Amino acid sequence: MSETIENQVAAAGGPRQPGGVGRNLIVRTAFDAFMRRREATILLVAIGLIIYFQSARSEFLSHDNLVNLSQSTAPFAIVAVGQVLLLVSGEIDLSAGATFTLAPFMVHYLIDFYGVFPIPAIVLSVLVGCLIGFGNGFVTVVLKVPSFVTTLGMLFLVGGIVLTTSHAFPAQIPEAAQGTIQRWFGLAEWSEIIWCLLIVAFFHVVLTRTRWGLHTIAVGGNLLGAREAGIKTTRIKIGNFMITGGLAAFAGILEAFRTQTIDPSLSGADFASVMFTAVAAAVIGGTALAGGSGTVIGALLGAFVLAELRNGFNLIGISANPFNIILGLAILGSMILNVYLANLRRAGRT
Amino acid sequence: MTGGPNVTEPPEVLRVEHIAKRFGAVEALSDVSLYLKKGEVLGLIGDNGAGKSTLIKIICGFHQPDAGKIIVNGEEVTLKSVDHARSLGIDTVYQDLALVNELTVYHNMFLNREVVRWPLLNNRAMRKRARQYLDDMGVRIQSVEAEVAKLSGGQRQAIAVARSVYSDAKILLLDEPLAAMGAKEGALILDLVRDLKDRGEVSIIIIAHNYAQVLEVCDRVNLLQHGGITYDKRRAETSVAELTDLVVAEYRAHRTKGG
Ligand SMILES: Nc1ncnc2c1ncn2[C@@H]1O[C@H](COP(=O)(O)OP(=O)(O)OP(=O)(O)O)[C@@H](O)[C@H]1O
Ligand SMILES: [Mg+2]
Repeated sequence: MSETIENQVAAAGGPRQPGGVGRNLIVRTAFDAFMRRREATILLVAIGLIIYFQSARSEFLSHDNLVNLSQSTAPFAIVAVGQVLLLVSGEIDLSAGATFTLAPFMVHYLIDFYGVFPIPAIVLSVLVGCLIGFGNGFVTVVLKVPSFVTTLGMLFLVGGIVLTTSHAFPAQIPEAAQGTIQRWFGLAEWSEIIWCLLIVAFFHVVLTRTRWGLHTIAVGGNLLGAREAGIKTTRIKIGNFMITGGLAAFAGILEAFRTQTIDPSLSGADFASVMFTAVAAAVIGGTALAGGSGTVIGALLGAFVLAELRNGFNLIGISANPFNIILGLAILGSMILNVYLANLRRAGRT
Repeated sequence: MTGGPNVTEPPEVLRVEHIAKRFGAVEALSDVSLYLKKGEVLGLIGDNGAGKSTLIKIICGFHQPDAGKIIVNGEEVTLKSVDHARSLGIDTVYQDLALVNELTVYHNMFLNREVVRWPLLNNRAMRKRARQYLDDMGVRIQSVEAEVAKLSGGQRQAIAVARSVYSDAKILLLDEPLAAMGAKEGALILDLVRDLKDRGEVSIIIIAHNYAQVLEVCDRVNLLQHGGITYDKRRAETSVAELTDLVVAEYRAHRTKGG
C-alpha cells in the first residue's frame, strides 16, 4: 500500500528483457498489483489520451494548453474530492454546484456591502459552504431523509438564493480582492492546480492514513457494524458533508477569480454540470457509488481525463455537443470496467 | 485474586435489574435481572427472538433500556454509548460481527481503537499486533492485509472474537461466538474462554445454542424466556438434557395450545 503509483508504473512498465520465467513472474505480479489499484485504469486512460491527442495535435502539450488543461481540471477535481469522501461514507451531495456558485457572491457581498477584508471574506464564504454542508448532513443523518433528496432540495434552495440576491446579474471581482489576492486564489496561471494538488494530497492522506478516513470507509461499508464498534457515524457523515460544502465553495471562489467574473448563470443549468462533472470524475476515477471504497487521486485523474476529452476534442475540431455523447460513453464504460475490476479484485489473486 | 479455595465470594462486576426494552410494538425484554461475578462465565440461552442479543446490546451501551438499572462494579451507570461501556471495561462480540468488508483484517481488529501516531494511523504496529493475536489464538489467516470480504465465515468470526478478547476488557459479552465455527475452531474459542476464566480477571457472558458447548465452559446458565430470566442454575446442577427439555417443553406446550 505504501508504494506510489509511479513506482508501480515503473515496475509494471513492461518486460525489458524477455528473460526467464522468474522475471516474467515478477513483471506479472507487479502488473497485477498495479491493476488491482483503483487508480490504475484511469491512469492508463489519462496517459493514453495524452499520447493520442499529442499525436493528433502537437499543441496539446504546449504551455498554453497545459495551463488550459490544468484550469479545467482543478475546480472539478476539488469538488470531486469532497464527493469521494461522501460517496465513500455512503452519501452524495447534489448541491455542490450551487454552493460553488454562491461562494464567490458571498465574497462579493461581504467585501463590497459589509466592508470585510478579502481574506476573512474568503474564509467566511468557505465556512458558509461548510454550513450548507452541515444543513445537508443534519437533514440526511438526523432527520433521515436520503441525501439524494436532501441535497436536491438544497441545490434549488441555494441556487435560488444566488439568483434572488444577485438579481441574476453577474458581479465584478471586488476591488479589494484584485491584484495579489486574486492572483493567489485562481488568477495566476498555475494557482488553481496548485491549490487542487495540495487539497488532493491532503485528503488522500486523510482518507488512507487517518482515523477519519478509516471511519469514513467503515461507515460507508457497514453502517450498523460501525455503530456497533462505537464509531460516531453521525459525526463522520455530517463532517464529510461539511468538507464537501467547504471544498465546493473554495473551488467556486477560485474559478470566479480566474474567470474574473462572478457568474450567477452557473446556478442555472450549469450548477448541475459542475456537480455532475465532479461526481463523474469521482466515479470514473474508481469510487463506488455504493459506499465503502474510493480514491481521491482517482478523482483527480478522472477530472483530468474529462478535461483532456473536452480540450482535446475541441482542438481536433469536434464541437461541444458530440462531446456529451463521448462523456456519457466514458462514464458508462468506466462504470462497467469498475464493476468488472472490482469483481476481479474480490476474486483476489492475493 | 489467588487460586485455591476462596472463603470470600468474588465480587459482582455486573448486575442488571428489571431491564425492559421495546421496539415499537415488539416487547423484546419485559423484566430482566441477572448478575455476573468476577471471573465467572455465564451461559445465556433462549429461543430465537427471546431477546438475548437485545440484552447484550443494552449492557454494551448500544441500546438504551426503557426501564431498569445497570450496575457495573457496584456503581449504577447510565450507559450513553458503546464507547462509554467500553471505557468501563465492557467489550462485545456481536452476533453480526460488526466487521467492515472493505477494510483489511488488521484495520477491522483495531476498528475504533486504532493505534495512532497522531495524526496518522500506525499501520505497522496494528499489522504486527493483529498478526500476533491471531497466532496466539491459533487462528489460521493467510494475511492480515487481506480484505475481510475475502475470508470465510469462521475466519471472520475469529477476527471478531480476537478483537474483543485482546481489548483488555474486564467484562466480555460474546453473542454466539461459535455460530460459524468448525469443530476445531469452536474448540479453539472455548479453550480461549477457559484460559480467560482460569486467569480469573475477566468475566464473560456467552450466548450459544449448543448447550453442550455452553456447559463445557460456563459456571452458571441463565435461560431467557418471555422477556425475563426464568431459570438460573450452576453448571453442576444442570445438564444438556435438562436444558433441552426446558426449551422444548415450552415449545410443545405452545403447540398443543395452538393446535
Ligand atoms: N433494532 C431492532 N428493531 C426492531 N426490533 C428489534 C430490533 N432488535 C431486535 N428486535 C426484536 O426484538 C426481539 C428480540 O430479538 P433479539 O435479536 O434480541 O433475539 P435473540 O434472542 O438474540 O435471537 P437469536 O437467537 O435469533 O439471535 C425480536 O422479536 C426482534 O425482532
Ligand atoms: Mg441474537
